[in-house]
Amino acid sequence: MKNEIYTISIYTENNLGLLNRISAIFLKRHINIESLTVSDSEIEHVSRFVIVVNVSKEQIKKIIGQLEKQIEVIKAYYHTNNQSIYLQSALFKVKSSLLFDKRQIQNIIKKSNAQIITVSRDFFVIEKSGRREEIEKLYNALLPYGIMQFVRSGRISVTKDEMKISDILQKQLN
Amino acid sequence: METITKTKREVKQTNTIKISGAEAVVKCLLAEEANLIYGYPGGAIMPVYDEFYKYRDRLHHVLTRHEQGAVHAAQGFARATGGVGVAIATSGPGATNLITGIADAQIDSTPLVCLTGQVSSHLLGSDAFQETDIISISTPVTKWNYQITNAAEIPEVIAKAFYIAKSGRPGPVLIDITKDAQFGELDFEYKKCKDVRSYTPVPKMENPKIKAAADIINKAKKPFVVFGQGVILGKAEEEFKAFIEKADIPSASTLLGLSAISTEHNLFYGMVGMHGHYAPNVLTNECDVLIAIGMRFDDRVTGNLETYAKQAKVIHFEIDPSEVDKNVKTDIAVLGNVKDTLAKILPLIEKNKHDSWHQKFNDLYDIEYKEVIHSQQNPTEGGRITMAEVITLLNDQTKGDAILVSDVGQHQMITSRFGKFNKSKSKITSGGLGTMGFALPAAIGAKMGVPERDVVAIIGDGSFQMNIQELGTVLQTKVPVKIIILNNEFLGMVRQWQELFFDKRYASTVMTNPDFVKIAEGYGLSGNRVEKREDLADGIAKMMASKESYLLEIMVDKEGNVFPMIPTGASVSDIRLK
Repeated sequence: MKNEIYTISIYTENNLGLLNRISAIFLKRHINIESLTVSDSEIEHVSRFVIVVNVSKEQIKKIIGQLEKQIEVIKAYYHTNNQSIYLQSALFKVKSSLLFDKRQIQNIIKKSNAQIITVSRDFFVIEKSGRREEIEKLYNALLPYGIMQFVRSGRISVTKDEMKISDILQKQLN
Repeated sequence: METITKTKREVKQTNTIKISGAEAVVKCLLAEEANLIYGYPGGAIMPVYDEFYKYRDRLHHVLTRHEQGAVHAAQGFARATGGVGVAIATSGPGATNLITGIADAQIDSTPLVCLTGQVSSHLLGSDAFQETDIISISTPVTKWNYQITNAAEIPEVIAKAFYIAKSGRPGPVLIDITKDAQFGELDFEYKKCKDVRSYTPVPKMENPKIKAAADIINKAKKPFVVFGQGVILGKAEEEFKAFIEKADIPSASTLLGLSAISTEHNLFYGMVGMHGHYAPNVLTNECDVLIAIGMRFDDRVTGNLETYAKQAKVIHFEIDPSEVDKNVKTDIAVLGNVKDTLAKILPLIEKNKHDSWHQKFNDLYDIEYKEVIHSQQNPTEGGRITMAEVITLLNDQTKGDAILVSDVGQHQMITSRFGKFNKSKSKITSGGLGTMGFALPAAIGAKMGVPERDVVAIIGDGSFQMNIQELGTVLQTKVPVKIIILNNEFLGMVRQWQELFFDKRYASTVMTNPDFVKIAEGYGLSGNRVEKREDLADGIAKMMASKESYLLEIMVDKEGNVFPMIPTGASVSDIRLK
């Protein structure tokens, strides 16, 4: 079966150790996590994991089953790229001299819709949010000038369809 | 032992009282009616043991000789009683020694609450004496785990532990309690846990699925039921029997499903899987509807999945949604506790008869009887006793009323193939994990759990030596378990594979054994060794008649093989008779 990129959204109780339990599910099946982000969700005391994996449809269904089986997982969903709105953020640290010596850099920043978030005597920092390809494009454009530091976050994503977590929590208490 | 059963709930105050965390642990256990527990003391759990001493008239703690013994005993207790088993150990090595049993309970869905001591919370992460990160270690093999660092958490967390362990698909829970939480004080109030908001123990029953399943079953010409431990865990034995009887469906058990229905029932055709019976394995690939009830299509059951029941419509009655379509693609999944779903489907099932289909099972049984069973039960004179002879003669004595606890290996398969069981929860063994050393401590737990029943541990010479130290527990508690050692002086199952697949290169499977009867004597057990066929029946009778714990060593065929057999990767219908 063909592999595809899936974004998994997991709503969980905010408990110590749950990250371990969740990552173990992927480890046990030799599934590489492409990116992982944990944050608050729209509901108080409920965390949201966003995990990106490249697997088959059959595998993703089994993973969701295993995730939902965990006591403190409220609900897990999977979505294809078409079903979600997603982005990543990246930071580029570049020598300040380039900003003044190489005019092209200013064009690159403008064209890529990136922002300069800090400028100091020695370096400046560019922030770029967007799809991974866009970040890679900027990376490749800046590479010839020298990138002092580069970091990219995991994917964050919201889905086009609704995820009725509050309803689920309400139902289970009744 | 008598003091144990007297204890009933004792916590029923409305006003809270200030007590120590350690005392709270004991009060929680008593509130859950867990008054028979297994464990081993040590530094980080001493405050709790001190309370055990104070509460010794109400809470019976059994000192095993190793923490692995404690957890297997708790498993045996749970499997024999249908309740929750409790094991307790100290931090570090005490906790890690529980892990094998916890993993065993996880894969075999046994409800356990394991309590471990932990170093004081200010020392966590400092590599303190006997500190291990047991939460991380136990995560993949527990249904749930939690570390308590504050005494006030104890009642709520332990209540949750019991609820999670026994609800839905049962499993082991580990609660790690730091020493300062045991010493700390709290206002004690105990409320049993009734729900956890993120956890759905039993999925919702879907009536249309039940209707659709009934339609298929009613139309089936060659239906076949494979049932597992879910029937026993769901306490659905009656519903199950009514269902197969009404539809007249031949049925076979997984290893752990054994005894859910009497082995003498005319619709029971034995065990499926690698060393199961011939007819149910072969006819898995001939049935038109395969009805799986409370089982999980383990690879030892299915053989090669590519050729498993491809011709059949598959209906899966299952409590755990993640098991559906995990290994075998189902046409209809009926989610829920099988006790409820089978009760619900029964009125929709039409009375039926499948005589010619039954005939096929009987014909294949005749082949198996001729080729395998008869010769194993009646070997040529002069040779050593066979394992099958032992179990057959044991059946004559027990009449199928005893609990047989088997370890892991050839003797386990022979016990499962030949054992006679009239009552549910009569066959206790380590299935999914295949843990050698399981049987002796599990038999101790089983016997203590149901003292009114005979409990016979059937153990190979290899397995016996993996937890032989638990004879010390037998000595101290005088628990009247009966132990049969089937001694073939080999690690028999591995040797069989070496014979069949490794050109008889017997690498590290030859055993030089001690004198087991003398060892038994050293531990204060009566013992006897049988080498000759003519002494066998008498030897077994003597053991069964003994009111005390008893060890019977039987010297069996050294190179006997377990057949039929589905070689790894082969199809169930390619099962070999020799």
